[in-house]
Amino acid sequence: MQPFAFSRVATLNDAVAAASQPGVALIAGGTEMLNWLKETIVKPARLADISRLPTLDRIEADATRLRIGSLARMSDVADDAAVRRDYPVISEALLKSASPQIRNMATMGGNLLQRTRCPYFRAETDLPCNKRRPGSGCAALAGEDRTLAIFGGSEHCIATHASDVAVALAALDATILVQGSSDARTIPLVDFHRLPGDTPQRETVLAPGEIITALEVPASALARRSHYLKLRERASYEFALVSAAIALELDGRLIRTARIALGGVAPKPWRLTAAETALGGVSIDDAGALRTAVARGFTDAQPRKHNGFKVELATRMVIRGLQHTGGLA
Amino acid sequence: MPSSPPPESAPDFDRRQFFKHPLEPVSIDVTLRINGAETKLRVDSRTTLLDALRERLALTGTKKGCDRGECGACTVHLDGRRALSCLTLAVMAEGREITTIEGLARGDELHLVQAAFIEHDAFQCGFCTSGQIMSGVACIREGRANSADDVREFMSGNLCRCSAYPQIRAAILAAAKNGGA
Repeated sequence: MQPFAFSRVATLNDAVAAASQPGVALIAGGTEMLNWLKETIVKPARLADISRLPTLDRIEADATRLRIGSLARMSDVADDAAVRRDYPVISEALLKSASPQIRNMATMGGNLLQRTRCPYFRAETDLPCNKRRPGSGCAALAGEDRTLAIFGGSEHCIATHASDVAVALAALDATILVQGSSDARTIPLVDFHRLPGDTPQRETVLAPGEIITALEVPASALARRSHYLKLRERASYEFALVSAAIALELDGRLIRTARIALGGVAPKPWRLTAAETALGGVSIDDAGALRTAVARGFTDAQPRKHNGFKVELATRMVIRGLQHTGGLA
Repeated sequence: MPSSPPPESAPDFDRRQFFKHPLEPVSIDVTLRINGAETKLRVDSRTTLLDALRERLALTGTKKGCDRGECGACTVHLDGRRALSCLTLAVMAEGREITTIEGLARGDELHLVQAAFIEHDAFQCGFCTSGQIMSGVACIREGRANSADDVREFMSGNLCRCSAYPQIRAAILAAAKNGGA
């Protein structure tokens, strides 16, 4: 890796100032940054260590919402009593992520900013990748696309986003609080990550100099009845082939409201809004009706050469997830 | 090796940004508290905690398996919590309590988990073993070693190519039952 200067940042203002300078990269948990440095995915002139900023690691819950500081560690959020009780999909998604060691180091903000696991992006040799070198092409389009997107891709990039907790947060309509040099703003989680289009190297809507300070999730009956399912080729410590965050509100045996977000299938967490709408009024016991409704979420799927199995796999996973969350199976 | 500046006609050359990059390694003085003792070191800013331990301090009990956070052989404790030293910059470990495998035994008296690994034949080549033990101690302290399924899941960050997993599991479960870590 190339040499870099290093400084520790003591205040949020200093962090914002550092983030506003070209050539400066922020480091918190380091679990992504160290690999980016080793693979020369990024070449900062300076690393600014924000990991010890005070107060940004708090987990606070009241009757109306959960607020998670961006520097809260994944393991601490997963183990938090309020999160486990009132937002179980968040805890489950976190516990199914990475490894215990990584969860102790990695922060919630960094988790949202992780970059794709696409093998061409992560390759140690120089392969066509429009994220790494804009304009160099996308080797995945005619290559190994098994783990890549069936939604939201483009002719420039079909990479997926690998965060599990982002999928859970998308299902619960979370918002991201961001601090810039002149103001603070909130961004709906579902709008935070960009689709690749013809600029796949621009992955989020964060402007230069903006720092994530917190995530907020509204409290609701939906949030309290929520689960995360993850299908992968190893039982643990592996990224998702497909995953789903499901949240349900039931009226007896009928679905009043459903929220479904998928992981492993798109450049960002993928809400199945058409399926959510179609599920209104459907009985949780009617597997056939569940399937008909869920299928509405896949009509715009664009399977590639080797990943078409994800359409059926994700459909079955969502049905199972609905049944599990609804108290069956 | 420092490289010479690219020609000014290169299309994406930004002179301001380029000349801000250090061409020479950047050295930093750090004080690391390891197994209860303080050590002062001057390290390249890029040095990982793993390399500082092994290459500068002769603490070679911690192993480099993959150097990319995928195998767990480099597991140490930072402020009592298990972490990967290959993904930790040495400079960022300053001010934290670092515990390595060398810090578990009390003189000649093995830690409970070390003894359990011997009793339950929980290693063959031994390369993953330091990381397994460090991770296992923490797993027990986290309350995640109450069942075989728990240990399977919460030790999943430590790979063993010799596949001593059943014995590793047995050792950790036994140590947990015998009074924890």
